[in-house]
Amino acid sequence: MASVETPSRSDAPPAVRLRGIGKRFPGVIANDDINIDVARGTIHAIVGENGAGKSTLMKILYGVQPPDSGTIEIDGAAVTLGSPADAIKAGVGMVFQHFMLADNLTVAENVVLGAERLHGIGAAAREEITRISGSYGLGVDPDRLVEDLGVGARQRVEILKVLYRGARIVILDEPTAVLVPQEVDELFDNLRELKAEGLSVIFISHKLDEVLSVADEITVVRRGTTVTTVDPAGVTARQLAELMVGSELPSPSTESSTVTDEVLLSVRDLTLPDPAGGRPLVDGVSFDIHRGEVLGIAGVEGNGQAELVETIMGMRDGATGTVELAGTDLSGRSTGQRREAGIGYIPEDRHRHGLLLDSSLWENRVLGHQTRRPSVSHGLVDRAAARADTQRIIEAYDVRTPGPEVPARALSGGNQQKLIVGREMSGDPVLLIAAHPTRGVDVGAQAAIWDHVKNARRNGLAVLLISADLDELIGLSDRIEVILRGGLVGRFDPSEVTPEDLGSAMTGAGSDAPREEGSP
Amino acid sequence: MSGGRVRRLLLGAAAPVLALVAAILITSLVLLVAGDPVLDTWSTILSAPRERNVANIINNATVLYLSGLAVAVGFRMNLFNIGVDGQYRIAAFAAAVVAGEAWLPGYLNTVLAIVVAMAVGAAWAGIAGLLRATRGVSEVISTIMLNFISTSLVAFLLRKAAVRAPGSNSINTKEIPEGSRIPGIPFGGGVVEIYGFVVLAVLSGLAYWFVLNRTRFGFDLRATGQSTTAAVASGINVRRMIVIAMLISGAAAGLVGLPILFGDAYSYGSTFQSGLGFSGIAIALLGRNHPVGIGLGALLFAYLNEQSNPLQILVGVSPEIVAITQGVIVLTVVVSYEVVRRYRRRLEQQAVAAATDRPERPAPTEEVAT
Repeated sequence: MASVETPSRSDAPPAVRLRGIGKRFPGVIANDDINIDVARGTIHAIVGENGAGKSTLMKILYGVQPPDSGTIEIDGAAVTLGSPADAIKAGVGMVFQHFMLADNLTVAENVVLGAERLHGIGAAAREEITRISGSYGLGVDPDRLVEDLGVGARQRVEILKVLYRGARIVILDEPTAVLVPQEVDELFDNLRELKAEGLSVIFISHKLDEVLSVADEITVVRRGTTVTTVDPAGVTARQLAELMVGSELPSPSTESSTVTDEVLLSVRDLTLPDPAGGRPLVDGVSFDIHRGEVLGIAGVEGNGQAELVETIMGMRDGATGTVELAGTDLSGRSTGQRREAGIGYIPEDRHRHGLLLDSSLWENRVLGHQTRRPSVSHGLVDRAAARADTQRIIEAYDVRTPGPEVPARALSGGNQQKLIVGREMSGDPVLLIAAHPTRGVDVGAQAAIWDHVKNARRNGLAVLLISADLDELIGLSDRIEVILRGGLVGRFDPSEVTPEDLGSAMTGAGSDAPREEGSP
Repeated sequence: MSGGRVRRLLLGAAAPVLALVAAILITSLVLLVAGDPVLDTWSTILSAPRERNVANIINNATVLYLSGLAVAVGFRMNLFNIGVDGQYRIAAFAAAVVAGEAWLPGYLNTVLAIVVAMAVGAAWAGIAGLLRATRGVSEVISTIMLNFISTSLVAFLLRKAAVRAPGSNSINTKEIPEGSRIPGIPFGGGVVEIYGFVVLAVLSGLAYWFVLNRTRFGFDLRATGQSTTAAVASGINVRRMIVIAMLISGAAAGLVGLPILFGDAYSYGSTFQSGLGFSGIAIALLGRNHPVGIGLGALLFAYLNEQSNPLQILVGVSPEIVAITQGVIVLTVVVSYEVVRRYRRRLEQQAVAAATDRPERPAPTEEVAT
């Protein structure tokens, strides 16, 4: 992973040259001495942990925020970007993570909106849209309503918007976060077309495998500064991750088996009908988890894993089948009673299901434990005990915060998640349900959360792990079940399975294959 | 930590003060445009109230405070109970009928009437709660409609239950016997009296504070108000909470008319004061749903109401000008709270960033698995 000099494909100046960019906010140094060269006709990836300063850097390049120091050169000419309008004029366009499209307008109307002066709003504009769509292989039909488009197509409309405004440098902020694997491949094909046409693409991501597959150069940002620029051919994902964190990275691999033959969670014929009348969302699911065992559920998002978890938690009406925890039948019990019976629950969407964002950390410690000591006794909230126990979690789980009085919203995603893990591990659970526990957290917090899952397993909990990160599933699980269209369709032994095997089972390609031998 | 506490207090006070200043400015502008004397108007409103006026202010504030509390209970749960107005009138009517019939002697009669008022208010609000919990009907819509139904229903029943005083056009329920009235508290040298019910209003405020901030039930209620989804995941039965919160809000609303009934009017009639429920919405907003804040808001509104009375006589300005002030306060307060909230959030994030800007250390403090 030797760092490379900026490849001199030609003698032309780089499309973008950033030198010594710095940006401070009160109390925070967001960017400090950033140096990047993006050559024309390349895809340049910028990777870094959450909070490393990638977003600030892109806002500076797109004119949203002025830098405090440093220079920006575009095609060899120094520019001052005071607003996105300046950036567009200089040929810089940005595709945001959250799309900014009007659903009830057509593609053409969305593209033209705000850029009416370029080609008008009539036939000339349509022609230009069709031309751009054709020459970059975007395949966008100008007359479709945006509300009828899928996520991938909407993203292509956003890219088209940027190109329509004459951008020669396209910034994409975490473009794959909203896409399914197949759409990611399509996006990458589009990006390669852009590159072939001589445009420069700046690609921000923290999904390292994707970065390695598509980028020509990778710049690593850590703590607000550029660490190095590397050639993707010379590094592995693991080495990149280590560059991002700045230390040796613990792998998710699990230690010697702690699986016992005592069944803690027994799920039988769990079915959740679709309220809209379609195929059941969860379809006759049965499995056991033993003491000290991690069961991983793999599946393409939207195949019922979220519904499965919520049904086990008692959050869905109309479910049939039985859920037995340590010999107690939980069917028909409320979510609160299930929690009291010893289920710890790390929800998939921590902002929607895991936290009260405007409440203090200690009040968030009480959440989900309203019926139990130490936070509540005799129907009253024990504030002192709740604060003390929050302090314990802050220390034991390394939650970076000034104290338990801070509102949850002020913490970074990783620290919020560590607080949730700490909370769910208190009160002696026997079952831990972890849905995408490391989604959207930085690499440091990810390693810590993996350790906590491993500790839970070693301490004799049953763990149900749902994840879209196949390496995480393979590394942590004792057994992996694949979920497809609401049903379990394959069982794999993580010590033998490859991500490719799992991938084909998840898409249904391997569903006819004989069930592989699992542990129990 | 005391520095932070002082700052928090200042920030908390900043929003209402900002709103008040803006409201005074806008009201002055209205006066200017209308060609009314601005300074005379304010000097009348801001002149020191006499004892009799102070008593009136306290009495009016007592009623408004109860109304504000009733609305605030809903707000804490993210429920907008616009129906306090209808709830307190139907409840006051029921209480007046029960107390007027005097089935029980003396204060037992009073207690019974208070319980009936709370039950009727709760039931009336509970309709909206049930509709929301079972059918998903917005409580905003259903409580507004229930206000109209309540008005008509009370008018209809009043005709049946009323006795017409000889030589009067107004119809009223039977007068509450003297032994069941709530005596006033002598005030300022004993010349004037304030409602004895003021004690009950203060107790209600204390109960509100204790239940919401110290009990598990209050925690569940606030959690549901902040995030329904997080409440569901934490094991709170949200539907039940909706019904219970509406019942409590309605029960509190049931108290609103009682200070007037037991301390002043002694019967419910066609002239019984209306519109108190809508003032309660403004006061709950102004007081940030905090029991002390609601108290201050109620006093402010009562003060404006009372001090505007002589405007017509002294400076020839319609007293309705304070309704403009009150209305503008509600608008400005919403804006200024949002401004202060954003400022505060930025401060908090900076504090967290500053506190966590320390070198990395190995993630878990427990032994790291190898």
